[in-house]
Amino acid sequence: MRVALFITCLADTLFPDVGRATVTILERLGHEVVFPEEQTCCGQMHINSGYRQQALPLVRRFVRAFEEAGADAIVCPSGSCAALVRHHYAELAERTGDERVARAGRALAPRVYELSQFLVAELGVEDVGARYPHRVAYHPTCHSLRMLRVGDAPLRLLRAVGGIELVDLADAETCCGFGGTFAIKNADTSTAMMEDKLMRLQEAGVHACTALDSSCLMHLRGGIERRGLGIATPHLAEILAATGDAA
Amino acid sequence: MSPAAERFPAAARTALRDPVLRANLRRATTTIRAKRAEVVSEVEDWEHLRARGRAIKQRTLAQLPDLLEALERRVVEHGGVVHWARDAEEANAIVVGLVRAEGAEDVVKVKSMTTDEIGLNDALQRAGITPYETDLAELIVQLAGDRPSHILVPAIHRSRAQIRELFKARLPGTEDLSDEPAALAEAARRFLRERFLTARVGVSGANFAVAETGSVCVVESEGNGRMCTTIPRVLITVMGIEKLVPTLDDLAVMLDLLPRSSTGERMNPYTSLWTGTAAGDGPEAFHLVLLDAGRADVLADPVGRQALHCIRCSACLNVCPVYERAGGHAYGHTYPGPIGAIVAPQLAGLEGPTTSLPWASSLCGACADVCPVGIDIPEVLVHLRGEVVEKARRGDAAAGERLAMEAMARVFAGRRRYEAAQRVARAGRAPLERMYGGAGHRPPPGLGGWTASRDLPLPAPESFRDWWRSR
Repeated sequence: MRVALFITCLADTLFPDVGRATVTILERLGHEVVFPEEQTCCGQMHINSGYRQQALPLVRRFVRAFEEAGADAIVCPSGSCAALVRHHYAELAERTGDERVARAGRALAPRVYELSQFLVAELGVEDVGARYPHRVAYHPTCHSLRMLRVGDAPLRLLRAVGGIELVDLADAETCCGFGGTFAIKNADTSTAMMEDKLMRLQEAGVHACTALDSSCLMHLRGGIERRGLGIATPHLAEILAATGDAA
Repeated sequence: MSPAAERFPAAARTALRDPVLRANLRRATTTIRAKRAEVVSEVEDWEHLRARGRAIKQRTLAQLPDLLEALERRVVEHGGVVHWARDAEEANAIVVGLVRAEGAEDVVKVKSMTTDEIGLNDALQRAGITPYETDLAELIVQLAGDRPSHILVPAIHRSRAQIRELFKARLPGTEDLSDEPAALAEAARRFLRERFLTARVGVSGANFAVAETGSVCVVESEGNGRMCTTIPRVLITVMGIEKLVPTLDDLAVMLDLLPRSSTGERMNPYTSLWTGTAAGDGPEAFHLVLLDAGRADVLADPVGRQALHCIRCSACLNVCPVYERAGGHAYGHTYPGPIGAIVAPQLAGLEGPTTSLPWASSLCGACADVCPVGIDIPEVLVHLRGEVVEKARRGDAAAGERLAMEAMARVFAGRRRYEAAQRVARAGRAPLERMYGGAGHRPPPGLGGWTASRDLPLPAPESFRDWWRSR
């Protein structure tokens, strides 16, 4: 299958290892990966912050970039960004007032997949040949859980990882407090939510907390590092790409 | 009406520093959440029931003017009087006028969000009329000179020990009061019984009104509501115009949805329905005050209008991680929590401190999953953020935010600009790390909120796209 990688601006700039890991997994499974270099940002931050007009050029750019890629599927290592494109792009592309973009947007949205959903629901794969011999908690990020409804796809993938000890996290489905600009505009509430999540991670005594979104993990990592808690925050793709004992 | 002029982030900060409040809220919301989940899971096709609830409210709003006129006709046919109030001031003036005409010096009140919204108690007191709240939690809030902090559990922020101290200070004959719930309830009961038996006017809100029959419905748990709506000679009900359902069958759906979503009960203990007046039974006079107060304007917004579906169950508050930590007072409005964050700013016409409320959410979506009438709260929150930004032309924050957002949009709008910005960020990595790397460092402009509690992520030494090109 020809798969176009939707990297997200965040992973491209701050967390390239997540992108590399995604490529590793897809290629290991025998798929051709293409990277449309015209992609920048899907516009989620602008839309969710209320800057709708500013987001429309980004929507137009995204639709064109991936339309030209001519891929069978568009795969993204972020539940949140995948959810925006999958569920809101048809309408957003409409709002650009450009009929060609609108048509392409409608055609494109259903072909966009979050990585774990793509592997489990589309490819029917659970064991991707990974090895990660550590005690790990999975934090279901809100948009993957409640917008994309990824269900247990990430857990199925994690259970098949060699050597992993997967533990249940108390209050797992409670938001970690990131929420995009919420983390800055309502920093105190965001921090209170994060501290509760960190407390649960400490109680679980894990080596690592994994998730489908680099953004939520960035927020948790920032809190973990500030407090010196020594919990790793690999993206799910990084665990699935791992084959050795090195964390 | 709320006196709060503080915006959410600042108001929340105060609440977050109160460990007793945090513990009270956590304990209470966790309990109600579990109860709701249990009784909802018993219903075979809960999702179908929710879809029916949503459809009923959509149909109601689409036909609202006709249904309101039908309601008025039925109420009048059955001996009631209908009053139309454009805003809080008109509604309060109507109620004060009716109480004065009866020559009463006090009224007994059923717990009502709508009368809280319009500030009726203050208006009555200014007119020399004493309002007595008769719901236990509302009584606690009233005796403490406090404000409700939850739609269903107004004193959720108070512990039993705090309530005992309050009663000992304010209710006669409570010197040896324990903090056992039964003892606290008995103390309130003794005090309230006297009020019920002497009041000449009862004031209520309405959970629902049925257009086809002209019936008004109040659901409650303590029996105080039934006392207020049956014993006094005059009954006055203040109701928002959106509280209507077309038929009794529609009401049945709502009465299935509401108790399970709100108190986590299969059925609420008391459901009172009345239609106008009946000779020799209950009040001799019934007045229904229909309140607009911004609702018609909300109805005009195709995305925002679903906020008017709300049946005030408060399930969204109980699952909201923001509400659980910040508490109801931080919202500075009668309607707190996720539903408040979409109702309050709309009722206020997107002006004033409540415009900060659409941002009082991480958009986690837990509220939308539990709403019994299918309100997509995150969708409305994002919509209102857009409306506020466009209306104010400076968003909810300093002009700096708009400038930053516009600059970033320009960067993202072109590949060359985007890649150049990545290179600049990378070049700045070392100085960034020195300047902002850890605790105690000065935060970068606009990012103080982040760095107060979290380390700042630094740009990677090599972007993904650079790696891709070089592989």
